[in-house]
Amino acid sequence: MLLFQGLVGLTEAMYLWLVAAGLSLIFGVMRVLNFAHGSLYMLGAYFSYAVLRAAGGNFWIALLVGPLLVAAVGWLLEFGFLRRVYRIDEAFQLLLTFSFVLIFDDLVKLVFGPVYQSPPTPKELSGAVFVAGSILPAYHLFILGVGAAVGVGLWLLLERTRFGLIVRATAADREMARALGVRSSRLFTWVFIFGAWLAGLGGALSIPVRAISPGMGELIIIEAFVVVVLGGLGSLRGAFLGAVVIGLLHAYGLLYLPVFELALAYVVMAAVLIVRPRGFFGVREA
Amino acid sequence: MNRTALVLSLAGIAVLLVPALFGSFAQYLVLNILLLALFALSFNLLFGTTGLLSFGQAAFYAGGAYVAGLLLRARVPILPAVIIGALAAALMAAVVGAFCVRHTRVYFSMLTLAFGMFVYAIVWKWSDVTGGDDGLIGIPRGRLGLAGPLDPNLGPLSRYYVFAAVLVFASVAILYRLSTSPFGLTLRSIRENAERAEFSGIRVRRTIFIAFVVAGLFAGLAGALLAPLEQTVSPSAAHWTKSAEPVMATLIGGPFAFTGPIVGAVVYLGLKELIVRFTEYWLLVFGLVLLTTVLAFRGGLVGALETLARKAR
Repeated sequence: MLLFQGLVGLTEAMYLWLVAAGLSLIFGVMRVLNFAHGSLYMLGAYFSYAVLRAAGGNFWIALLVGPLLVAAVGWLLEFGFLRRVYRIDEAFQLLLTFSFVLIFDDLVKLVFGPVYQSPPTPKELSGAVFVAGSILPAYHLFILGVGAAVGVGLWLLLERTRFGLIVRATAADREMARALGVRSSRLFTWVFIFGAWLAGLGGALSIPVRAISPGMGELIIIEAFVVVVLGGLGSLRGAFLGAVVIGLLHAYGLLYLPVFELALAYVVMAAVLIVRPRGFFGVREA
Repeated sequence: MNRTALVLSLAGIAVLLVPALFGSFAQYLVLNILLLALFALSFNLLFGTTGLLSFGQAAFYAGGAYVAGLLLRARVPILPAVIIGALAAALMAAVVGAFCVRHTRVYFSMLTLAFGMFVYAIVWKWSDVTGGDDGLIGIPRGRLGLAGPLDPNLGPLSRYYVFAAVLVFASVAILYRLSTSPFGLTLRSIRENAERAEFSGIRVRRTIFIAFVVAGLFAGLAGALLAPLEQTVSPSAAHWTKSAEPVMATLIGGPFAFTGPIVGAVVYLGLKELIVRFTEYWLLVFGLVLLTTVLAFRGGLVGALETLARKAR
């Protein structure tokens, strides 16, 4: 039971990880806290759901197309709006992204209706495996695999490619990177698109197992904030570890402290802030 | 008396005339505007004045509302219940503030939101005390709580209206005095350049902490005044969407003028009252309003008017 619940928690953590990774990456490079990142996760779920129905229930097409549509929305957000406010106070940048939380929430209600929807698990993954005497849906294992793959993929992308080199250079010292010829405006657009795609992927993966509703974006963005506060904003390692901690806390909290389960994550956040204000892997704030 | 104080005083007199001229719907609407104005002013002490964007002010608003509501249900008279409610909110702000003021602006916004939702989670789950999902219901609105035989009964809305309005006016006066005081200037210097402020001998964290507690106190007062008005307090008072209300009101009215949040509260609630008659998607409309404001009118309505007036001269 202990092991089983741990696996369930890790699965939960993977959704959080996908959202927090994009959030942290975008902040690390662009210094913009994207409040609408949870909304992109929500759009990932709704878009994939729409594609799923249009494609006659083919989950794989939905998983491919849905997140790409979210990436397109990300492009629109960065290129159409965020780009205009890079030079002004960061509080207004935050407010700009916040305005999209309100807009996306209501647009989704308007287009898809406020009903909770949940399509069936894809056939290929509808089985179950026995883990430590309990039945674990195969889909959970699939999510764990995707989460791990994204982690490895991100590491390879950032540490082993030229794009990653530019991203790391810009995150470390934007002025210097610019002086060395990095076209930061184009980089910002691509980083934002990529971050949006990650959130969209998380949303797309959630549709067979988690209820789709207009409020799902807000729930996950608040948790993602807790995750990046734990891990250190801008650090991907931190985002991963933070997501795992929060996922496990939820899973074991439900088991042992059901009444306080909701508050547990915040208590841990407060505790970490006292001991280590910048989070696990955060750099000291300027 | 300068122009802002004069305008505020005239507006105050107009507000006090409402019960004599209009019915209970107008009184209810104006009271709601007054409470939001106070809530937004307290928020703007952090945002416009200090440059810190809080997304968790509803925690203190709800703190004031729940504490006042519980006391009223325990037959405590209105005045002490409201004051203790506000003080409880200030105490909460001191605890939350101890965490939040140590961090830079982006972290500050995230942390206030997280702690705000922490309070929401508590309100939602601790149903023995807070009523959970249902909230506090059946809050009485009775005696004011003065000693002696002349203790007025605030049961009728028009009487409670005067009481709440007077408390809001006093708070606005204090906040105005604060914003023009050396303390207010210190906060502005932190907004402009925290590092330079530190070097010129200002204890930045302590100053921000005090502002945070004061903001929590007045947010709590606004919430505490809501409890006897609505006679119920629901968990939505602690939700982040409640925290977004002063944000939107302040942005619409303008964060850089003292009167901005007040003007914004009038426009926000007036507009909302209008929009909900046509569509349930009023948040979409406010999202678009907020977007336009951030892109083009960061000074809000008051800022735009000031620019117009300057051009006309």
